[in-house]
Amino acid sequence: MSADVKTRNQELIQEVLAVYPEKAAKKRAKHLNVYEEGKPDCGVKSNIKSLPGVMTIRGCAYAGSKGVVWGPIKDMVHISHGPVGCGQYSWGTRRNYYGGTTGVNSFVGMQITSDFQEKDIVFGGDKKLDKMIDEIVTLFPLANGLSIQSECPIGLIGDDIEAVAKRKTKEIGKTIVPVRCEGFRGVSQSLGHHIANDQVRDWVLDKAESTHETGPYDVAIIGDYNIGGDAWSSRILLEEMGLRVVAQWSGDGTLKEMEKTPKVKLNLLHCYRSMNYISRHMEEKYGIPWVEYNFFGPTKIAASLREIASHFDDKIKEGAEKVIAKYQPMVDAVVAKYKPRLDKKTVMLYVGGLRPRHVVGAYEDLGMEVVGAGYEFAHGDDYQRTTHYVKDGTLIYDDVTGFEFEKFAEKLQPDLVGSGVKEKYIFQKMGIPFRQMHSWDYSGPYHGYDGFAIFARDMDMAINSPVWGMTKAPWKK
Amino acid sequence: MSGLRQIAFYGKGGIGKSTTSQNTLAALAEMGQKILIVGCDPKADSTRLILHAKAQDTVLSLAAEAGSVEDLELEDVLRVGYRDIRCVESGGPEPGVGCAGRGVITAINFLEENGAYDGVDYVSYDVLGDVVCGGFAMPIRENKAQEIYIVMSGEMMAMYAANNISKGILKYANAGGVRLGGLICNERQTDKEWELADALATRLGTKLIHFVPRDNTVQHAELRRMTVLEYDPASKQAEEYRQLAGKIHANAGNGTIPTPITMEELEDLLLEFGIMQKEDESIIGKAASAA
Repeated sequence: MSADVKTRNQELIQEVLAVYPEKAAKKRAKHLNVYEEGKPDCGVKSNIKSLPGVMTIRGCAYAGSKGVVWGPIKDMVHISHGPVGCGQYSWGTRRNYYGGTTGVNSFVGMQITSDFQEKDIVFGGDKKLDKMIDEIVTLFPLANGLSIQSECPIGLIGDDIEAVAKRKTKEIGKTIVPVRCEGFRGVSQSLGHHIANDQVRDWVLDKAESTHETGPYDVAIIGDYNIGGDAWSSRILLEEMGLRVVAQWSGDGTLKEMEKTPKVKLNLLHCYRSMNYISRHMEEKYGIPWVEYNFFGPTKIAASLREIASHFDDKIKEGAEKVIAKYQPMVDAVVAKYKPRLDKKTVMLYVGGLRPRHVVGAYEDLGMEVVGAGYEFAHGDDYQRTTHYVKDGTLIYDDVTGFEFEKFAEKLQPDLVGSGVKEKYIFQKMGIPFRQMHSWDYSGPYHGYDGFAIFARDMDMAINSPVWGMTKAPWKK
Repeated sequence: MSGLRQIAFYGKGGIGKSTTSQNTLAALAEMGQKILIVGCDPKADSTRLILHAKAQDTVLSLAAEAGSVEDLELEDVLRVGYRDIRCVESGGPEPGVGCAGRGVITAINFLEENGAYDGVDYVSYDVLGDVVCGGFAMPIRENKAQEIYIVMSGEMMAMYAANNISKGILKYANAGGVRLGGLICNERQTDKEWELADALATRLGTKLIHFVPRDNTVQHAELRRMTVLEYDPASKQAEEYRQLAGKIHANAGNGTIPTPITMEELEDLLLEFGIMQKEDESIIGKAASAA
């Protein structure tokens, strides 16, 4: 990017900061920056409490545990423990696709809550939880386990969910995982991921005795939540190159798959932010190496397939090359069709765990350019990794506020904004094309070669829709 | 509601809050006042001497049975005891589970919404020893108790507690209308007890409203689950409670915003009255073997 752009971005940051009270401006200044090529990180502070009074886009620890990590495990019943709202309003929002029959052997699509009433707060909810577990076992005999996802009041009244979990595990003979992911803990959903990872370690991996047969090419997909089928379009590539995917964490995953994972040869980590903890643990305790990969867009897919293959023998390495070659004509066709329509178009991204950096390559494969990127709940290591993707002069905004995001888009005038449902209509009303990059806007998958074709089509639909030519009032033409 | 006096008794656990309050309220009833006692202690023993029994049906236990507090009627929880004193206990969870503080809030809201305060002259809240959380501060929030009486004694910990409670009152005094009505010293026969209590009251910007002497009649009455007023109305102790009741009755509108003191000031006060010895700095942190 030119020096002009850098200067403009710097001025833009000053412009938004000038609107804040002094103290707020001082704090927000640390989260906004213009990326300088060659620096080891993006030069922003992260994982810090949001300011009171701003519109933050963040979620809570419960969202991180129940919504992200645990919720997609399909053969377990996940109890939203506490008042009804948390479970009800987060119901089905992550589009974690799964196989099986809902209510029989799969439970992802269900909202199951202890529905706390005043008396449960005053007298404690342990007895209710105990009874509820019995009812769940009766209603859903094929559920292989349960998790207890704590909402805020559980932490306030000090209910002993661990004791209930231990006692009931003995009684019913199924895994029960208590998770202390009360929403008031931490600054965002990020702590919820960590807590959820720790509970997998303590209540699943440490207790499991898996006796399944292992093979030389066993791998696990870690940190793919199968949004719109992402894990499925990833898995076929891994299997085609000769690997055996024994577990998916946690999209379309099962308790058994988690239990099997300590015996795999390599852990493949897609969403670093939400599952690096358990990957590191498995490396330390079971000696399983892990590798980060990126299945967005053909350039990164090919690089990732080769990187993964480098941990195996020639058979797998050849397999990777075969897969890349097999899909090349399809990639060429997609690029030939969409690149002319998308070339030089600019994008601003504001998403969660990995996408602000991971999708950059996919846009570039289509000739597009990411001019701004930010994360809701990233840590320092995410911003280090981001430097491998973004270009010099990219506007970086951590835990962006509603005000900042609008101002930035107003000035940068991107051809596309990619963020969440809360942001969608604001930008569309500003006349800027938009794609939801959490839920794939009810489309997907976007992972893998198949996903890239859908990704390209969706971006084209959003940007080149004729509707944008009709947003000007007739009297202003 | 204009004539309604809402008062509350606070103080260190075990100081004799419930005994003092029930005897005083019995004396107020004797003066013709219509009284409602709201026990805000999960142990539900704030109305025992008036009812001659521990209240079995607390607001919260009945609410839990019925499903929710909305399913209750006032008659279900209201009991009438000595001299038509109406009694309600909030109740709460067994120790170690749930949230007793939330229970107090629930119970008081229920009583207000259902008109428990209609037609009485006094509502008295009896709150457990330590204001450990927001729930137990409920009675001193806006539109609840206007006057707080702190039951204390000449013992050091009771005085610490009285000072701490004053801090709590101060916090709510500016937001709402709560005032410190005064200290009630429940005699423990410590040295210079009256003088010390009086000095503390002055420091806290209030007054020692009454010094209740120790008298075994109280214990005799309590064994019979009665107030002294009922057990032995002619006794000297009954007269003490009548005096206290009279003073409280005359104290309407005389409450003050307390001026709690620092820990050092409190210790200085104790030193002054010889309750505490000057600290020997050379012995701090030394084990017996090192002496």
